[in-house]
Amino acid sequence: MRFMVLVKANKDSEAGALPSGEILATMGAFNEELAKAGVMLAGEGLQASSKGCRLRFDGGGKHTVTDGPFTESKELIAGFWIIQVRSKEEAIEWMSRAPFGEGEELEIRQVFEASDFPQDIFPAEAQEAEQELRDRLQGQYSNS
Amino acid sequence: MAVTASDTATHRAIDAVWRIESARVIAGVARMVGDVGLAEELAQDALVAALERWPREGVPRNPGAWLMGTAKHRAIDLVRRRQRLDRKIEELGEELEGEEQAAGSEFDAILDEAAIADDLLRLMFVSCHPVLSTDARVALTLRLLGGLTVGEIARAFLASEAAIGQRIVRAKRTLAEANVPFEVPEGEERAARLSSVLEVLYLVFNEGYSATAGDDWMRPALCEEALRLGRVLAELLSGEPEVHGLVALMEIQASRSRARTGPGGEPILLLDQDRGRWDHLLIGRGLAALERAVGLGGAPGPYALQAAIAACHARARTPEETDWSRIVALYGTLAEVAPSPVVELNRAVAVAMASGPQAGLDLVDALTAEPSLRDYHLLPSVRGDLLARLGRNDEARAELERAASLTRNARERDLLRARAAALC
Repeated sequence: MRFMVLVKANKDSEAGALPSGEILATMGAFNEELAKAGVMLAGEGLQASSKGCRLRFDGGGKHTVTDGPFTESKELIAGFWIIQVRSKEEAIEWMSRAPFGEGEELEIRQVFEASDFPQDIFPAEAQEAEQELRDRLQGQYSNS
Repeated sequence: MAVTASDTATHRAIDAVWRIESARVIAGVARMVGDVGLAEELAQDALVAALERWPREGVPRNPGAWLMGTAKHRAIDLVRRRQRLDRKIEELGEELEGEEQAAGSEFDAILDEAAIADDLLRLMFVSCHPVLSTDARVALTLRLLGGLTVGEIARAFLASEAAIGQRIVRAKRTLAEANVPFEVPEGEERAARLSSVLEVLYLVFNEGYSATAGDDWMRPALCEEALRLGRVLAELLSGEPEVHGLVALMEIQASRSRARTGPGGEPILLLDQDRGRWDHLLIGRGLAALERAVGLGGAPGPYALQAAIAACHARARTPEETDWSRIVALYGTLAEVAPSPVVELNRAVAVAMASGPQAGLDLVDALTAEPSLRDYHLLPSVRGDLLARLGRNDEARAELERAASLTRNARERDLLRARAAALC
């Protein structure tokens, strides 16, 4: 299962302050640990909301654009990871190792999977012909 | 003693720590004691100690180091006890003195990550050792590297827990009896042993990806575990192109899992899939892994070639954009590297897409005498399709009927019969 880990914005991230070399290095080491464990699928840091904007839809096919910055920094996102783990507890355990300081906050949210939609559950007998070819291919190699 | 909510929460947290750390702990201890079965027991002892202590004392700051330290202490105690009986292993004991100091009494020492990486790699190679049957390699890999429980492995393979438990016990005994050293082989043996590791990972992936057996929820978990272990291996052996090739192949195949069955569970062929449902995060990862494989140079191996073929499909935004002539060329190379009638059949399909149905049919006809394809339903299925495209409907119908009678998959049989009926 996958989780998106949202890093909440703070005054520094919203001020557009770049993290120090030391913080970048410790974060880099943490990311490397995640990658080496085969857990990290993606991750990025986001620029301050002053460089972003919001789109609001009116339902009639129109929208309005509001430029940042936005003030409610608790609600803002400063970065994210997408990780693949086997349980929410594992996501928590990994993320508890992230090098964050006092008061900083992460939010861990599970990503929908195909199997979360009942009509899309893959039944046991469903099988793609192409896949069977691949299985056979693999069998050929291992036999040779 | 009543189990409180916080006990349960701690147990779930310990379970998560175990999932993350167990392979490293087993690998580290196995290097000390030279026996993966014994190493797993000692690691389990450390887990039991954690289950006793952490709910009372809290989870330590560095739980991985705590587990590693505890398991290594047990190993030292065990070796000492044996030493009294057998002086011959005195040397090992002296080596362990150093380990004991490294383990430290606080269990908070910084772990030697490079050494752990080496141990983890050794554990992968030993779990996939050719002295074991393929089934045993798969079960042992999922148990020791994946940290799956015997119950989970049993569910995934529709086997009883007793059978899987036995298989793992026997595998560990076989390794011990064969005196398999806890090491990554060098020289000529290395390439063959690496192939075995890659084969096991791809088998686990396919067990999850194809629909032969298992609980619905366990099968995606097997795909994820194979991919995870592949990614781990790609970091451990970053200079091996075929490791990246296999990772690329698995990432790209996994990217299609949402699109490859319809609402009723019927299989949807690659060219009919809704490409909007492909997982572009995984495609991007797959293409990047393939680039790493190619960037390392050398002649591409079978996994990198299959990944390159999968990548041709992944890059095409519509089926019409597919670069069939490149796919034909890649199948041609694959047929040289790993010759097989099934590769030839695939190549024929690609040739038909690139140069028209008659060119494809000529190649398929040459395969009809192939004994290994005699009962293979995809041969008449492909032949039927090509005949239909040439307007030879009577022959096409007969081939599709034959394909339907050969497939073991009920839904596929229905589809083949429907296609045959449509030609009337």
